[in-house]
Amino acid sequence: MPEEWTVSAITRATLPVLLGLTAVEIGSGLVLGTFEATLYRYPSLLVLVPVTIGTAGNLGSILASRLSTAMHLGTLSFAPTDDDLAGNALATVTLALTLFPVVGAGAWAATGLTGTHPDLPVWTVVAVSFASGAALALLAVGVTITATYAAYRLRLDPDDVVIPVVTNVCDVLGVVVLFAVVQVLV
Amino acid sequence: MSIRDVAADAYREAVPALVASTLGGLFAGVVLGGMRAELRLVPGLLVCVPALLATRGNVYGSLGARLATGLHQGLIEAEFEADDRLVAAGAAAMANGLVASAFAAALAFCVLLALGRTVAGLGTLVAVALVAGLLSGIVLTGAVVAVVFVGFRRGYNPDALVGPLVTTIGDVFGLAFLVVGVEVVLGVA
Repeated sequence: MPEEWTVSAITRATLPVLLGLTAVEIGSGLVLGTFEATLYRYPSLLVLVPVTIGTAGNLGSILASRLSTAMHLGTLSFAPTDDDLAGNALATVTLALTLFPVVGAGAWAATGLTGTHPDLPVWTVVAVSFASGAALALLAVGVTITATYAAYRLRLDPDDVVIPVVTNVCDVLGVVVLFAVVQVLV
Repeated sequence: MSIRDVAADAYREAVPALVASTLGGLFAGVVLGGMRAELRLVPGLLVCVPALLATRGNVYGSLGARLATGLHQGLIEAEFEADDRLVAAGAAAMANGLVASAFAAALAFCVLLALGRTVAGLGTLVAVALVAGLLSGIVLTGAVVAVVFVGFRRGYNPDALVGPLVTTIGDVFGLAFLVVGVEVVLGVA
């Protein structure tokens, strides 16, 4: 595991992954560009985009960060019965189930505050947010544990690799999941 | 600790930062809605937005996680001094952030050109990304070091603070500085 704190060592460990993830995010941007018209039609969904994607990425990065530290401290084992693993995964899902309804209501209210006439009923926005959040939390847990395990097997520092991978995958999944849910509920 | 204890502990630690980041995310949404004029002035910028925002989160989230781990392991101290390791970590973050920003703009330009979509000049896109990347890099480096160190000193686990706060600050400042970048670059050109 790289422990050397120099510009070149950190860059060697970080930059290749960073550029790969940037390319993935451009894909996410292209998806977003495709749905531009829908977003402009329903401004509360547009306001929902950064907060949904961001919160999903945050849930993943908190989990990744805690697993990474547990791994550095040597207290983590990759078994479903591991307390650190299962407890943190449970907390991630619970956080999503309690936060995302509030996120939806907040996005609806923020749209109203910007002077735009609310384009959708508040319950629709809350339902979209809750359904997206629940799906994203499960995906985030799966992606995080997989990425942490991969870093562990490949002897990479999870601080350099896992958090970026998880956040970016959650970003892309966030765009895709949000629009899948919108297709069903709106 | 049992699974329930770990979960309750993780939940309690995460809530304040997540609530703050949710408010920040909503604010970022409002900023995004308000910058449609700038997005239209520089076609292709919208396609770059997720990549540029993610770069902030990636680079400075990684910096925060590195500092948190460094504090846990005793490699660095939570002191605001020009420590070699601290300076190297900060400088590497800034450099990587700028390289990734320019790369995102160039890649978006190439892909949009290949798809035959309307896109601004390569120089314009890259310049906007670099100006925004530099300004948000300065703010984020300071914010990450401050949040991790102050959090650590007050007895919070810096791990629970880093991700959400970096993403939040990154999104809000990232979008605001993109607006600045568009104005600076189009003003100079």
